[in-house]
Amino acid sequence: MAASANGQGYKVIGTRPIRHDGVDKVTGRAKYGADFSFPGMLFGKVLRSPYAHANIKSIKTEKALAMPGVKAVITSADLPEIADKMEQAGEQAVNMAQLSANILARDKVLYDGHAVAVVAATSPHIAEEALRLIEVDYEVLPPVMSVEAAMEPGAPILLPRLRNKEEGPDKQTNVATHLQFKRGDLNEGFKSADYVVEREFKTAMVHQGYIEPHNAVGIYNADGHATIYCSTQGSFLVRSLSSAVLGIPEGNLKVVPAEIGGGFGGKTTIYLEPLSVLLSKKTGHPVKLTMSRAEVLRATGPTSGSTIRCKMGCSKDGKLVAAQVWMAYEAGGFPGSPVGAGAMTIIAPYNIPNMLIDAYDVVVNRPKTAAYRAPGATNAAMASETVIDELADKCGIDPCDFRIMNGAKEGTPQTAGPPYRRIGFIETVEAIKNSPHYKSKLEGPNRGRGVASGFWFNVGLQSSSIVNIHTDGTASVVIGSVDIGGTRAAQAMIAAEVLGLDANDVRPLVTDTDSIGHTDVTGGSRTAFATGWATYEAAQDVVRQLKERAAKLWEKKPEEIAFNNGQFSAQGDGIKPMTVKEMAGRLARTGGPVSGRATVNARGVGPAFATCAVDVQVDPDTGKVDILRATIAQDVGTAIHPSYVEGQMQGGTAQGIGWALNEEYFYDEKGVLRNSGLLDYRMPTCLDLPRIETCIVEVPTPGHPLGIRGVGEVSIIPPPAAVANAIAHAIGVRMTELPMSPPRVLKAILSKRGTAETQAAAAGR
Amino acid sequence: MATVVIPAQLRKLTGGKDRVSATGRNVGKLIEDLERQFPGFHEQLLQDGDVKPSIAVSIDGEMGTGGVLEPVREDSEVFFLPALGGG
Repeated sequence: MAASANGQGYKVIGTRPIRHDGVDKVTGRAKYGADFSFPGMLFGKVLRSPYAHANIKSIKTEKALAMPGVKAVITSADLPEIADKMEQAGEQAVNMAQLSANILARDKVLYDGHAVAVVAATSPHIAEEALRLIEVDYEVLPPVMSVEAAMEPGAPILLPRLRNKEEGPDKQTNVATHLQFKRGDLNEGFKSADYVVEREFKTAMVHQGYIEPHNAVGIYNADGHATIYCSTQGSFLVRSLSSAVLGIPEGNLKVVPAEIGGGFGGKTTIYLEPLSVLLSKKTGHPVKLTMSRAEVLRATGPTSGSTIRCKMGCSKDGKLVAAQVWMAYEAGGFPGSPVGAGAMTIIAPYNIPNMLIDAYDVVVNRPKTAAYRAPGATNAAMASETVIDELADKCGIDPCDFRIMNGAKEGTPQTAGPPYRRIGFIETVEAIKNSPHYKSKLEGPNRGRGVASGFWFNVGLQSSSIVNIHTDGTASVVIGSVDIGGTRAAQAMIAAEVLGLDANDVRPLVTDTDSIGHTDVTGGSRTAFATGWATYEAAQDVVRQLKERAAKLWEKKPEEIAFNNGQFSAQGDGIKPMTVKEMAGRLARTGGPVSGRATVNARGVGPAFATCAVDVQVDPDTGKVDILRATIAQDVGTAIHPSYVEGQMQGGTAQGIGWALNEEYFYDEKGVLRNSGLLDYRMPTCLDLPRIETCIVEVPTPGHPLGIRGVGEVSIIPPPAAVANAIAHAIGVRMTELPMSPPRVLKAILSKRGTAETQAAAAGR
Repeated sequence: MATVVIPAQLRKLTGGKDRVSATGRNVGKLIEDLERQFPGFHEQLLQDGDVKPSIAVSIDGEMGTGGVLEPVREDSEVFFLPALGGG
């Protein structure tokens, strides 16, 4: 179902051509990072800490090095020392010293699975065996596993040099950052409220769950240049980060992005990539490293668990008047949780005149967190959207109407202050309210329906694109954006739309860092927006050049040539309009090949909103929650390829439901991860989910030539709160902790029964 | 003069004011003027001569991409925000 507002008469955009990369993928010909092999290639394996928190007193590698087949062993001593400060690396602000210490621990290990040493050998088995011969002398320290424990006075300190501005330069701390957002008069706001709801929420650390583990092949040449083949969301990011960590000039590194088997934000940093280069430099051979699933879960970017206290007030007629939030996110072993984004998204869908938000980034002995689809926002919405639902209940107002009444629109100030431009939040709520799902009746015991919404910023950043016209009138689009969820198809369709070609006449190509201008990561829901903008401009550049060629052919001035509906034309006797395909055959005689180019540093990004409705059935004896029906509405600006857009919406919703019901890192009392496999780390399968219905809402982003908004992230935000609200309506229990797994739900049911029985007994006395 | 909206945690530099006026044809010049009026802004907002990587600048509702070189109009509304990444 599409609630289109763009009204554009596109010919290619909005259609559903077969994906350009489909055949290679279904026939197994597509090359993923682990598929790359080179003559003489060695295999690397990483030794990881068995302790969550320990000082490294010494590392002895001699026995491993002496093992036949072992060619090199490296530790952090082989990496250059880097200044301990934030630096711009591509589109990210990164503390390079901490990044380096996460890739290979220096004087401390900070989580179970922290990399300590790496071996390169003639086979992966020899490399793995050699790891056992590396002797690491640890001084084990008490692990700090929660934000509460980390913020306690006297808590063990993870990073001796970490300071924050508030506690001053002399105070060691586990709190890396405190952010605050304030508006209006909070006390007056709450005084004017008729209803106030305040609850504390906890959300578990969860993993992005990409199916393809991290991998890298590094080849260091004798001339000081190196090439990295890897699975990444950003080849230019891998280049800049690896350059900094290795102390190699960026221009000496080439990164070739392989096909990617999922990323969801977790592949916007580096782990193995610089190690493969360093081992290659030491051995003179190509070196391949691949992670196991356990390594992925133990040592690569999960997203933060969190504790959030959320208090909101509204008038009897449902007008939100005040909100206060305290939130602390687990950053992992190094600072950098997405708590800032959590703070700026938690009440972003609403116009609330009085607010105070305090947000804390806290280091704990867990893996360094990485981005995960709308980082920080899902945790936050679990809190705020549950409280909103409870307030709507108290007011006796339909949850959709409550959201529409208080919803942000053009001119509403965002949490950090700037006003929204044209946005489509209310349209997403209306789409849910008018959906067949929401209009259907839900009957039966222990069944309930829940609604929740979410906001994500989306980002713009830098992209480059080249459009080549071939002699047969087909075209190719060359980009640096890795294709995670339809990038190739979208870019081909945009070029085809501009040039009046069929989508299948345009071949999209994702290339390496030497072959295209700088392009930031495929992440932040930016690629269709920014790379799409670059491709649109590159195709327009082709049109400009072809006008010049037509002018030559017809002995006209370029400005006398028109291009409409895919045809070049001019006034004059005997001038027959020509298509791009017809023009292509004349290029050699009119000046040679035509290639359009464009780069953008995209501005005017349009934020995204989504609203989700979920029906559940709760088993009161086991606490198991079944999802009966789920619908997601999302403002996407303009849907380039609606099937891909729906896929993003469904994928985000599925991940949000997994986060809601089952996914969770289990650590024991020593801080060791106990569910480092996908049998125990329970992601949803197709058997756990109904078909997820989608409502594409199209409120074009002002200023973008095609009105595109990002689509990749926001749909993950509402599902946990929608599920929690549905459970509340099914069994009358407000769940405040994720995941809402059977034991937790059953405990809440029993607690409610116990309270009811106690009250009944008291009333009987 | 442009209006600069001061983030909650920098209001100690402006004596609690959440909005101040400042002049400058770009963000760099604007910060120089803020520093003249309210010492401390330079340290809070700049690193190695440019806007800190951890800070984003919104001018008239649009996120700037030019750091200290980002143009500012006389009637602009300027916000300093935490920088964000996505997934």
